[in-house]
Amino acid sequence: MNLINKDDILQVIEMIESQHLDIRTITMGISLLDCIDPDVDRCCGKVYTKITALAKDLVKTGEDIEHEYGIPVVNKRISVTPISLIGGSFDEEGYLKLALTLDRAAKAVGVNFIGGYTALVQKGMTKGDRAFLASIPRALAQTERVCCSVNVGSTKAGIDMSAVKLMGEAVKETAALTAQDSGIGCAKLVVFANAVEDNPFMAGAFHGVGEAECVINVGVSGPGVVANALKTCKGKPFDEVAETIKKTAFRITRIGQLVAKEASRRLGASFGIVDLSLAPTPARGDSVAEILELMGLERCGTHGTTAALALLNDAVKKGGVMASSHVGGLSGAFIPVSEDAGMIASAESGCLQLDKLEAMTCVCSVGLDMIAVPGDTPASAISAIIADECAIGMINNKTTAVRIIPVPGAKVGDRAEFGGLLGSAPVMAVHPESAEEFISRGGRIPAPIHSLRN
Amino acid sequence: MKAIITVNAADTVGIIAFISAYLAQHNVNILDISQTIMQNYFVMIMLIDFEKADLPFDQLQKGLKEEGERRNVVIRVQREDIFNAMHRI
Repeated sequence: MNLINKDDILQVIEMIESQHLDIRTITMGISLLDCIDPDVDRCCGKVYTKITALAKDLVKTGEDIEHEYGIPVVNKRISVTPISLIGGSFDEEGYLKLALTLDRAAKAVGVNFIGGYTALVQKGMTKGDRAFLASIPRALAQTERVCCSVNVGSTKAGIDMSAVKLMGEAVKETAALTAQDSGIGCAKLVVFANAVEDNPFMAGAFHGVGEAECVINVGVSGPGVVANALKTCKGKPFDEVAETIKKTAFRITRIGQLVAKEASRRLGASFGIVDLSLAPTPARGDSVAEILELMGLERCGTHGTTAALALLNDAVKKGGVMASSHVGGLSGAFIPVSEDAGMIASAESGCLQLDKLEAMTCVCSVGLDMIAVPGDTPASAISAIIADECAIGMINNKTTAVRIIPVPGAKVGDRAEFGGLLGSAPVMAVHPESAEEFISRGGRIPAPIHSLRN
Repeated sequence: MKAIITVNAADTVGIIAFISAYLAQHNVNILDISQTIMQNYFVMIMLIDFEKADLPFDQLQKGLKEEGERRNVVIRVQREDIFNAMHRI
C-alpha cells in the first residue's frame, strides 16, 4: 500500500488553496566580486553579463516548480554582493550607473526585485561608501526594481551615528524624489543593525562576501496556516499554543526545504538556506496580527502583544529548525505594517502605536517595517528612530531594521497606497519633540559589553 | 516518477471513468485510488506512476485540467514529493 494518508493530502491542498501557504521567494544570490573594474562602463558590462547569464533560467525554474508541485512560488528575485564594494573607486555618478545596470539586468531576466545596492558602514565609511550613500536617493528614484540596504550598526562594532544621520537624510530625500508615488522609493530602502548575509527577503537582501559564487535561498510563508491551526487551541494553555505553532512551522518549512533543494539542483547553484520567516501579505487571512489576536488579544498592539509575539517567534524557529538542513536569513515573524491587514486595522484604530511597534521589534524577526509617517517628519527624527532600533539590535545581538516612509504631503490618519505586495499604510504619529541636537553629534556609539547582562 | 491526482466535484457520475480512460490512453499507471464524500462534495485521490507516460508531466497536467473544466470538475496533478515532504520525516 503506497498511497499516502488521505487526510494528509487534503490538508496540504487546503493549506495552499485556502490558507495562503506559499513559497514567498526563491532568491538567487550572485557574487559580483569578479566584476570589480576601475572603469565604470567595463564594470557595469561585467555585472550585467554575469547576472543575466546566471539568472537566465531563474524565473522559468520557479514557475516549473510551482506547476509541478502545485505550490505558488510568489517571487523570484536576485541578491548581489554589496555594490559599495564593487564600485569602491567610483564617484556618485559611477554608483548610479551601477544601479541602472542592476535594474536593466533585473528586467532582462524578469525578476521583480534585485537586492544588494548595499553598504556596510557599521564602524565607519570609506570614500566609496560616502559616494554610495549620496547616490541612494537618485538610485531609488531612477530605478524600479533595485533594493537598497545599509548596515549602520552591529553588536561587535557599535553604531555609526554619522551614517545614521546620513541615512535619515537619505530617507527624506528619497521620499521627496518619489513624492508622486507616496514616497515609494523608501519602501525599497532598509537601514540595518546586524544585517545577515543570506537573507532572501526584500528589500534587505544582499549576497554577503562570505557566501559562495551562486546560491539559492528560499523564504517560505504561512501566517494563514499558523492562524488556522491556532483556531483549534481556543482557551488552551500556552504550552499547547507553542506546540501547535511548532508543528505547523515544521510542516511549512519542509515544503521550503523541498523547493530550495529542487531549485538549486535545477539551476546548478549551491543550496544556501531556508528562511523560516512568517511573512504576511495584505490578503485577508494572511496576517501575523491575526495570529496574535487569536491568542486572546482584542487587538494587536494592546498590552500582551510583545509576549504573544515572543512566543510566536520562538516557536516558529523551534519548529522550523529541524525541518531544514540549513536555516538562516531572518527567520522569525515579520511585522510590516502596510503588508498586514490586521496591523493596518490596528494602526488605523489607534491601538497600534509606533512605540509599541518598537517594543515588538525586541522579540520579532526584524524591525520597524513599512511604516508610514507624516511627510513633514524631520530627517533628525527619522535618524533617531533608526538609532533606537539599532540600539535594540546591538544590545540584544539580533538583526533589527528600519524601513520607514515619510509620505510627502501626508498627515496622521491619512492612508498611503503603495500597491501590490507592499500594500497600503496608515500614516502614524511620531513624537514632535526634537532629537536634532542628539543626531547632529555624529561619531560612534561604542560596542556593548557582553557580560554583566541585566 | 509518481504524482497525486486529486479531484473535487459536485457530481460523481463518470468521473473516475473518464480520468482512468485518459490515463490509460497516455500509458500512465494507476497505483492506488481512494474516494470519499466531504461536505456533500466528491473527493477522489489517485496515486499514479507516469514513468512510462507518452507525454511530459506539464502536458498531462494541462490535459487533465482542461478535461476537468469541461465537466465542471477541479482536477489537480502534483508531484508526490510535496506530500511526502510535509508529512514524513
